[in-house]
Amino acid sequence: MSNKMHIKMNVNGKDEEFLAEPRELLIYTLRERLNITGPHIGCDTSHCGACTVTIDGKSVKACTMFVAQASGSSVTTIEGIGTPDSLHPLQEAFKEHHGLQCGYCTPGMITRATKLLEENPNPTEEDIRFGMAGNICRCTGYQNIVKSIQAAAVEMSSAKEAAE
Amino acid sequence: MIPAAFEYYRPQDMAGVLAILGEHGDDARVMAGGHSLIPMMKLRMADVPHLIDLQDVGGMSDIVVGADEIRIGAMVTQADIIDNTELRSAAPILREAALQIADPQVRYMGTVGGNVASGDPGNDMPGLMQCLNTRFTLIGADGEREVDAREFYEAAYMTTREDDEVLTAVIIPTPAGGYAYEKQKRKIGDYATAAAAVQIIKDGDTCTSAAIAMTNLSDTPIYSEAAGAALVGTSVDDAALAAATAAMLNDIDPSEDNRGPIAFKKHVAAVILRRAITRAWSRA
Repeated sequence: MSNKMHIKMNVNGKDEEFLAEPRELLIYTLRERLNITGPHIGCDTSHCGACTVTIDGKSVKACTMFVAQASGSSVTTIEGIGTPDSLHPLQEAFKEHHGLQCGYCTPGMITRATKLLEENPNPTEEDIRFGMAGNICRCTGYQNIVKSIQAAAVEMSSAKEAAE
Repeated sequence: MIPAAFEYYRPQDMAGVLAILGEHGDDARVMAGGHSLIPMMKLRMADVPHLIDLQDVGGMSDIVVGADEIRIGAMVTQADIIDNTELRSAAPILREAALQIADPQVRYMGTVGGNVASGDPGNDMPGLMQCLNTRFTLIGADGEREVDAREFYEAAYMTTREDDEVLTAVIIPTPAGGYAYEKQKRKIGDYATAAAAVQIIKDGDTCTSAAIAMTNLSDTPIYSEAAGAALVGTSVDDAALAAATAAMLNDIDPSEDNRGPIAFKKHVAAVILRRAITRAWSRA
């Protein structure tokens, strides 16, 4: 029924161009079209945040954005944040502090946390819990996620100081 | 999870928006942040054959803090409200309320205009805007008009906005005195079981002006003129608080849902209003 649109977007530094129905949700674009399967789908009511990606500097739930809206944008997913050989400090900290169990919320958690630490490099525990409130976890009870983010914040601040 | 197909438009200006609305009538809907509309489309509770994305329409994302009035473009996001330092000092109640809406991701996308225009009684900004005696700017084929927030809401999802009109801005008389937005909710991101917006002015020990509005306790937000009037001329003592909450309870009409039965909602509404008035008074 509806016409396909010409979509252009930059995903993890790579330009992508394709035809898609406007109604395609960005999470499906990433997972099924571009085979970027780190971001997950945990709900259909925009609560869980497992699909969180960064779009033009904002933490966004990719299940609540049409691909048509995202056309022209830059998208970063967990795959663009670090690699197994070169982990981001947050990825390292989640590993070190047991901030994950099943791992299903983790890509969304870490992607959201990168933005949180960008906005607030030295968050309190309360800042972290409030700043991560759009991401639900079934396994950890959150405690170790908070510790992981705190540890990453310390690591990133000292790395920044060393660089300056 | 899977929305029905639609035609998508991303006009560059309001004339383009109005032309599409004019052509497709009821079959067209504007979308701002999409964080109410898309979830409804995913559940197939909203059928939108023609979707007009407002993100490229210029002039709708400004916050202008004037001497007497604040103008907030409809596409200003909740995150913008929270971050704007000028707005924070001119009308701190907006930030206090915005921080209680949804979660970080939703606040990056969800807009003031979408929050006030969608007509969902669960939304927090409509009651807040009624408390602040805000005016909404609407534009349609016949030009622009302003509607008082206190006159805008008719029923759940029913407002005085016509189908071919777009809400472009909210205009808030710069608030004076103490403020509070107090919200009881089950968890982060939930709509209120009960919430109260209070703006109050103190002269010496006497309240000279009070505006009170309640969220999610009727099928519209409720501006309770009587509750505010019950405080004026008092020192906001216990008797005045009791009179204000009694007046408010007379104006609301909650319905039973997963947040609780009617009696509970009335109880929570009274507790929340009392807290909100007390906090606003302490800041006045």
